[in-house]
Amino acid sequence: MKQLMTGNEAAARGAYEAGVLFAAAYPGTPSTEILENLGTLYKKDVYSEWAPNEKVAVESAIGAAIAGGRALACMKHVGVNVAADPLMTFGYTGTTAGFVIVSADDPGMHSSQNEQDNRYYAKFAKIPMLEPSDSKEALEYMKAAYELSEKWSTPVFFRMTTRVCHSKSIVEFGERKEAKPFKYEKNIARYVATPAYAKVMRVKVEERMKKMEEFSNTTDLNKPEYNGSRIGVISSGVAYQYAREVFGEEASYLKLGFTHPMPMNLIKEFASKVDKLYIVEELEPYMEDQIRAAGIDCIGKAVIPNIGELDTDRVRKAVFGEENDTIKTEKKAVDRPPTLCAGCPHRGFFYSLSKRKGIMVTGDIGCYTLGNAEPLYAIDTTICMGASISTGHGAAKVFEKTEPGKKVVSVIGDSTFLHTGVSSLMSAAYNGGNSVAVILDNRITGMTGHQQNPGTGYTLMGEPAPQVDIPALCVAMGIRAENIFIVNPNNLEENDAALDKALAAEGPSVIITKWPCILKKPSDHDKKQFDLSKKTCKVNADKCRNCKMCLKTGCPALFAKDGKVVIDQGSCTGCNVCGQVCPFDAIEKAGE
Amino acid sequence: MADIKNILLVGVGGQGTILASKILSAALVDSGYDVKMSEVHGMAQRGGSVTTQIRYGKKVYSPIIGRGEADVMVCFEKMEAIRWIEFVKPDAKVVINDFEIPSAPILVGSAEYPQGIIEELSSKAEVSVFEAAKIAKELGNPKAMNIVLLGALVKALGLEAMDWDRYISENVKKGFEELNIRAFRAGMDAI
Repeated sequence: MKQLMTGNEAAARGAYEAGVLFAAAYPGTPSTEILENLGTLYKKDVYSEWAPNEKVAVESAIGAAIAGGRALACMKHVGVNVAADPLMTFGYTGTTAGFVIVSADDPGMHSSQNEQDNRYYAKFAKIPMLEPSDSKEALEYMKAAYELSEKWSTPVFFRMTTRVCHSKSIVEFGERKEAKPFKYEKNIARYVATPAYAKVMRVKVEERMKKMEEFSNTTDLNKPEYNGSRIGVISSGVAYQYAREVFGEEASYLKLGFTHPMPMNLIKEFASKVDKLYIVEELEPYMEDQIRAAGIDCIGKAVIPNIGELDTDRVRKAVFGEENDTIKTEKKAVDRPPTLCAGCPHRGFFYSLSKRKGIMVTGDIGCYTLGNAEPLYAIDTTICMGASISTGHGAAKVFEKTEPGKKVVSVIGDSTFLHTGVSSLMSAAYNGGNSVAVILDNRITGMTGHQQNPGTGYTLMGEPAPQVDIPALCVAMGIRAENIFIVNPNNLEENDAALDKALAAEGPSVIITKWPCILKKPSDHDKKQFDLSKKTCKVNADKCRNCKMCLKTGCPALFAKDGKVVIDQGSCTGCNVCGQVCPFDAIEKAGE
Repeated sequence: MADIKNILLVGVGGQGTILASKILSAALVDSGYDVKMSEVHGMAQRGGSVTTQIRYGKKVYSPIIGRGEADVMVCFEKMEAIRWIEFVKPDAKVVINDFEIPSAPILVGSAEYPQGIIEELSSKAEVSVFEAAKIAKELGNPKAMNIVLLGALVKALGLEAMDWDRYISENVKKGFEELNIRAFRAGMDAI
């Protein structure tokens, strides 16, 4: 069958065809759809689950592979940081059944806090790496990855990037081939990484590296294409697609799909046949540094930027100094940054929070990071998943000495709290913290497009599941029950009252804002708990005095037309946050 | 790469460029072209500026379109036309939906929606302007705006001869086939 597929769809299809039995992930752009596909299209054959974080996903997949079934773990690039601990040692023990970890990097930071180049992880963990350059290869390489994993008993690093994950290209797909599960046998020397055993494993890792390099030099995954001898180009991943288009039919290419260990003999041979050698790679000089270290002269990052993603345009300009003719306008488009949606339950709480002056607000990763933007400006820091409560705790400890009375509020979503925020709150409770943790519980993992999590009552494959009782969890960790406040964030009075009490409380306190994401299809649990009937808001022109206070909520349903505020009835969801902000009661619910 | 056609759909997160590009690419694959298509996901979708890029021809390498490379650009929102105009060829066809969605800085009053966009672009490129939202509303469903725009795009590409009724019927919600086919034809007639 032939079909247009994204790289993520193709990678999922590849895992399915390879006979994978177990797959786990934590959602993260651009990786999310791999598990979503496995958990829906292929759920009859592949057991798939959302883990609370990437470390748990990798560890669960490690267990599955040691038990004898082919296993997959998927995450975005920064997720590998979270999962690095098990990955580094699993590189030593090796695997029984095939194991693949997908790292979906985000050059250009379309939806990420950094653009780290995760190819270095493969080198760091001393495991083989495959880099598909389009959807067709995502499928083929995924199947190859399982063969190689079992051939050398090693985990395989499968590195994708945003444009491979989210671009569609034509894929020919086949049938699933069941991989015969390995019979589990206890093997302490192999899987117990104590110093005594790990020292033995360490030596074997280097032996494996040698075999893998031999393979790298001979495999079809690394393909020379000899055309002219004037220019040679070495490239991998989507950068190859850009290079192939820019350098055209005259140049020769060495396209690398297996990029750790690098095929140094093949590269030497290729380099000897061309006059001028270019290395075209996105982000860091991962290949270039190794090629230079082997004494081969080449042109790479001296001309090609290591910041941001590449495209044909940037490669052409960098290498040939040529730019296409373009149309330029005098008028400039006003920025269109992403915003909290109309009716987003985070808006009400951030509006209340933005009124508190002199506090520090530590933020986290999710849609609510947008609370930092105009006009709310309600977040001071964002570092990584789960960092809000721990950075807030540390800041509060310093303020105790330097600015007594200065308060710190940390904001974190439900899924992010369950990801790594729980241990941060545990630290605040254990270590006599004095900050306010706000858990913005919108009943779903929002930003990545509505994935279930341990708090929502459902699994990836659609089965009912127990829901984490967040208030009870907080109490169990040592937060005093009287310091926990649960509010409807669309109700500004409730927010203000909870903030007053939490900021005055002795010891760490928690505010839980509970309202479903406005874009979420309500679950049965949601329908029982929340009144989700929609009555839009309208401006009563007789009462409106045009003060524009309502615009300070930053709601995209409100706009000024001929100097007067109008509420777009198509996008208003009736959350009535603007109505509570209006000092003249000029905003009314339609039909009331 | 002269045989490759580059199409840029630009708009605002949530406007639904996806269905239009899905129908178009299904038709292109079926006609034997190599096709690549790119979209933006994740945070950028939340009311931000978004693009869908489609490239087709005998053999397509890059999945994305560089500056000065698009043959046709369809703008689902007016201001997005000037944001992305640098990506079109000087002789490109630019189809603009006369429809404004103010962005956050405009909503809070720290910037103004630029005036005279159509006038300036018309003096510099081959521009067709029409009100897809109005046409869709007149046909009975404002949501069919994207299919109206698809009709205009197909006309701009000169691909009218393909079996569009079938591709539309196969990709839209059951029961809405006829409406969407009418929306598509209205879009073709509009430019």
